[in-house]
Amino acid sequence: MATEMRVESAAVAGNRKLRLATASLAGCFGCHMSFLDIDERLFALVERVDFDRSPLTDIKHCGPCDIGLIEGGICNAENVHVLREFRSHCKVLIAIGACAINGGLPAQRNHLDLGQCLQEVYLTAPDVVSGQIPNDPELPLPLDKVHPIHEIVRVDYVIPGCPPSGDAIWKFLTDLLDGRTPRLGHPMLHFD
Amino acid sequence: MRLREAMVTEECFDARRLDDLLLPVLERHAREPGQLVQILREAQERIGYLPAPLLTAIARALKLPRAQVEGVAGFYSFFHLTPPGRYRVLFSDNITDRMLGSAEMLDRLCNRLWIERGKVSEDGLVSVDTTSCTGLCDQGPALLVNGRALTRMSAERIDRIAELIRAQLPLADWPPEYFRVDDNIRRRDSLLSVDWPAGEALQAAIARGAEAMLAEMKRSNLRGRGGAGFTTAIKWESARRAPCHGESGVRYVVCNADEGEPGTFKDRVLLSSYADLLFDGMTIAGFTIGAARGLLYLRGEYAWLLPALREKLERRRRDGLLGTALCGQPGLDFEIDIHLGAGAYVCGEETALLESLEGRRGIPRIRPPFPVSAGYRGQPTVVNNVETLCKAALIACRGGAWFAGLGTKQSTGSKLLSISGDVETPGIYEYPFGVSVEQVLRDCGAGNAQAVQVGGPSGICLAMHEFSRSIAFEDVPTAGAFMVFGAHRDMFEVARNFAHFFRHESCGFCTPCRVGTSLVADCMDKIARGLGTQYEINQVFKIHRLLHAASHCGLGQAACNPLFDTLQKFRPAYERRLCSLDFEPAFDLDQALAAARQMTGRDDPAAHFGLAARLPGVAS
Repeated sequence: MATEMRVESAAVAGNRKLRLATASLAGCFGCHMSFLDIDERLFALVERVDFDRSPLTDIKHCGPCDIGLIEGGICNAENVHVLREFRSHCKVLIAIGACAINGGLPAQRNHLDLGQCLQEVYLTAPDVVSGQIPNDPELPLPLDKVHPIHEIVRVDYVIPGCPPSGDAIWKFLTDLLDGRTPRLGHPMLHFD
Repeated sequence: MRLREAMVTEECFDARRLDDLLLPVLERHAREPGQLVQILREAQERIGYLPAPLLTAIARALKLPRAQVEGVAGFYSFFHLTPPGRYRVLFSDNITDRMLGSAEMLDRLCNRLWIERGKVSEDGLVSVDTTSCTGLCDQGPALLVNGRALTRMSAERIDRIAELIRAQLPLADWPPEYFRVDDNIRRRDSLLSVDWPAGEALQAAIARGAEAMLAEMKRSNLRGRGGAGFTTAIKWESARRAPCHGESGVRYVVCNADEGEPGTFKDRVLLSSYADLLFDGMTIAGFTIGAARGLLYLRGEYAWLLPALREKLERRRRDGLLGTALCGQPGLDFEIDIHLGAGAYVCGEETALLESLEGRRGIPRIRPPFPVSAGYRGQPTVVNNVETLCKAALIACRGGAWFAGLGTKQSTGSKLLSISGDVETPGIYEYPFGVSVEQVLRDCGAGNAQAVQVGGPSGICLAMHEFSRSIAFEDVPTAGAFMVFGAHRDMFEVARNFAHFFRHESCGFCTPCRVGTSLVADCMDKIARGLGTQYEINQVFKIHRLLHAASHCGLGQAACNPLFDTLQKFRPAYERRLCSLDFEPAFDLDQALAAARQMTGRDDPAAHFGLAARLPGVAS
């Protein structure tokens, strides 16, 4: 209890190191690559945050965090579980990139029937010999449609782009860390 | 799918008859591109719908791009690009019709006819759907069949109508009492209490002279009755002083009879029983600003009023009140044309109305320039509401000082209220401005009212503690709608009905309104399905602020008003539907795995969502 109180008051003072988690769901890791494009500013970042679950740490489950960054949409049951885990542990959840925000490229399958898709790929395609639809319980089941993450959980912020630039991600995170409402100006929001 | 529809379209339409059908329509409108909406309307009347080859032929004849013609045809909800059935039944979908059981009656009619709502029966006989408020809230539930209004629907009438349609009896042979539309005038004041002979007001104005008439208008301090309350005399004076553009430029008077605000029907009554007073008012406006041409923009839902209005115009022509040398005054000419709308609420906005009059989609213009300097065809134009013009006629007879003595300081004269909903005697009530809501509720027999929506969905929702407020521009302004909701009504459903109305009627031009009205309606549906959370409530507030700030016209700016008001005043009606305070998806996640479960034959815990299926190590 006493520890918690100290942590809370430190957080109010704004000098506590924050915890950051990231995950790529139905995405291409392009947003994570873009995240790495902040280059040497990563050193400045780790001065101010500790990484929780992220491809950078290989931690498998997200613990209590301040900020969660989600790349990619939701295409299967595992995505849902990971997303819910992030939502329940992160005070602030951010959708990063076109797939997390709108479904993006994976959602292109939404106008196709999932059953017909599986049938064609695993059973009736010309080069399939004695095919079978994979049914191992280890495998997550695909959802009938791909959803942007805001249709599954509450989302606090979005960083648009495919992918957003390293500069945009840096601007967004520093705004957040400094206590400003994040705001990407026009140059960081147009992609032509 | 689209291809198949197109083929059906071609089959139903005999292209060889196209010229015979279209030529007279084109000739009557002198192949004038500005008449496109009227041409489409008349062509559809002859053919039943607007097949693709017809649009091509019209585009060619009017020398317009094909895409523009299709754009206009696709904009208005009363234009059909595919056959809508020989009997097109449209239930009025205002909340007051719903409260009288319209939704059940629509289902009943669909059942009796073995059809699905919104789809044409396979034999092409009939389709049944809803349309926005038809302005018959005082005698609902109401519906339109091929543009004719039917009132006071009941289960028996619905069953009988199903028989009539199945027997393919022409509308002319249906029981005449189905088509009876009553005025239901319950309280008369300065306007409705007098029987005004045609031309009396016009003669009075001519006797005064144009400048003096304008001075009387100023003295009267008459403000527009369409809702915005702009001072009429300023409009008239600006148009009178504004220069015409080009050598053949002339001024115009436009009467806005596109009474689309749900719950409003006062203009219907004025057009039915006080049309001469209105025509006098239009002519006086023309005389005062120096215009020789007036246009009456009649909403498509009131098309059934057209024959009587045309007859009135003919009689005025015979009596020397229309045409040239009015009342024997050489050089005093005035013509009135009636334009029919085609089902678009947004055309009640004056610049969208002008666009529609000029044959385009009803998308509001950027102001300035205001219509008084550049309106119809770019010329100085006065656009006034039906009631405003009737009041102007009154002022011609009685003088501005008399008028200014009625009502309140900033809201002179009287106001016609269209009262509907949970009251004993719905109908038209005329009051001097300044009357309290309480008084009105007493007079119409609203025993247990919990709320009144004043001014329609884009107006204001008053709760009980506000009933002492008064109807006037100083306090509660209104275009005339006054919908009363008894204590047993669910104000959430009222707001949801309005949210769907705005989604349907958004013209689609600006993104905040097109997308925002849709998002809001989805939020309301999600809450209605019991899947809403505090998140949706926050969304509604957020979108409300955004629409207010960023919409192109008043439709978008007002679209969230009813939600905002009801969330402030009837919040528990929302909250009792929320399933949690955080967030829930709008769909069943477990059901989203059903297809994959079926294809893989799996039924293990990980093939389901639920507590048991949580990943190991993840706290629930």
